[in-house]
Amino acid sequence: MTAVAHRPSAALLGLHRAGIELRTFFRERDAVVFTFALPIVILALLGSIYDGVYEGSDVTTAQYLAPSMVAAGIASTVFVNIGAGIAADRDDGTLKRLRGVPMPPVAYFVGKVLMALLISVIETVLLLGIGVFAFDLTLPADVVSWLTFGWVFLLGVVACALLGVAASSMAGSARSAGAVMNLPYLVLAFISGIYFTPIGELPEPLVTAGSLFPLKWMAQGFRSAFLPDTILAQEVVRSWEHGRIALVLAAWCIGGLVLCLTTFRWRGRRDR
Amino acid sequence: MTDNPAVRVRGLRKAYGKLTALDGIDLDVAQGEVLALLGPNGAGKTTTVEILAGHRDRDAGEVAVLGRDPGRADLAWRAELGIVLQGSADLGELTVRESVHHFARYFPRPRDPDEVIALVGLTGKAGARIRTLSGGQRRRLDVAVGVVGRPRLLFLDEPTTGFDPQARRLFWDLVRSLAGRYGTTILLTTHYLDEAEALADRLVVIAGGRVVAEGAPATLGGRAAVRACVRWADGQQDTDDPAALVADLTRRYAGTVPGLTVTRPSLEDVYLDLIGEHR
Repeated sequence: MTAVAHRPSAALLGLHRAGIELRTFFRERDAVVFTFALPIVILALLGSIYDGVYEGSDVTTAQYLAPSMVAAGIASTVFVNIGAGIAADRDDGTLKRLRGVPMPPVAYFVGKVLMALLISVIETVLLLGIGVFAFDLTLPADVVSWLTFGWVFLLGVVACALLGVAASSMAGSARSAGAVMNLPYLVLAFISGIYFTPIGELPEPLVTAGSLFPLKWMAQGFRSAFLPDTILAQEVVRSWEHGRIALVLAAWCIGGLVLCLTTFRWRGRRDR
Repeated sequence: MTDNPAVRVRGLRKAYGKLTALDGIDLDVAQGEVLALLGPNGAGKTTTVEILAGHRDRDAGEVAVLGRDPGRADLAWRAELGIVLQGSADLGELTVRESVHHFARYFPRPRDPDEVIALVGLTGKAGARIRTLSGGQRRRLDVAVGVVGRPRLLFLDEPTTGFDPQARRLFWDLVRSLAGRYGTTILLTTHYLDEAEALADRLVVIAGGRVVAEGAPATLGGRAAVRACVRWADGQQDTDDPAALVADLTRRYAGTVPGLTVTRPSLEDVYLDLIGEHR
């Protein structure tokens, strides 16, 4: 049959899905405003409350917070948005309609991840902008730091996106999704040393728990790119541990993919 | 290939917990046929369509749709289908034009999306966000998305709910042109018996999860064989030969028969009788 030969490729359809996802996202004004505002408001608030520099360095609390909030911002926009977004797609018939057309399933996920990447880039630019203008954060001038930032960003977004997809199946409906997705995110933000700084002063059992998840490693990776090495004394160990960051994030990418493939439900609980 | 039915169902069963939705359905839809599935609310129409479209699992029975088991079908099979189901609330922030163009992209040989928008009468609303559409307009969008892929087989689950009379006629024209010009096989469910009578080659009535009658609209439930009722000002009589009775009356009244009517049971009467027995 000639029809089979002309079927559009999954990659192309993934790009089209991303276009549709982005249009849908940016047209819901209130969601856009609050998605971007949450990490920004938290950075502005915490950055203004805490005062002073860390011992042995000239890094202020607000400057320390900025790269960590980039990591938390990615986690909230990507993990929470994708998780809740898929639960909504399952509820309102989006998934059912897509299952009724010849769409390779991977195109749907490619669309979600590309949308997440773009939203994360915007979120990161906004957060770094606040860091630079309000809290005198200096952006690195060397290529190596930006490369570090780049690979941590990419692995982090993909890991959070895949985990969001996997977590979407925990939510019974779109209405419960917000609540379901927020608890794991908030707990992680605390035990990953985002809201509580510096991470070196967190109780050890919490650090151990936080170290199991990607957020702690993303924040550490971003701090390594944006902060001077004099701040290392405030970290859990006196090294940026780039190798370990890459390992943990890559493991979460793979684990997230496996979770997606094994737990993802195209149908709602009523459609069996 | 053309000898095989587009849809062949034998002994289809489905239960939701203790509730039996389908209790052994047999159904054939020939290639190019327009078949209307009728039945009261909860009869199992939607369950049947969703199983055939691959959206629901069945408990038992054989199902072949375009020669494939819908539970194990691939994307090439999906490319041959058009599906209009009930209860979608998606796409709200997109416009009509964006949605139809987007769904055209999934198919190897789609129709021109703008033509499809015109066919369902939404050209004037092409730039409108879907959440701003009325219920009937939204349904017309569902139909547009369902036919844009140039399907060989089209499932329409209560497609005209909420349509105004003009939109309904436009939809009838669309279905007739799909069936007549393109040979599209169509399985539709509806509660509107005039719609079933106007569009379908054959009707299948299900009630309580079973097929209770099937046939052409003119003959369903022995409709053609039922005696006609002749009524006039001073009386009424059931007869096999209404013409003879009217001729006789004309002689008796020596001219015009006052208040003369000849009626056969409408499709709706037959239908209500049929499902009444199975309530």
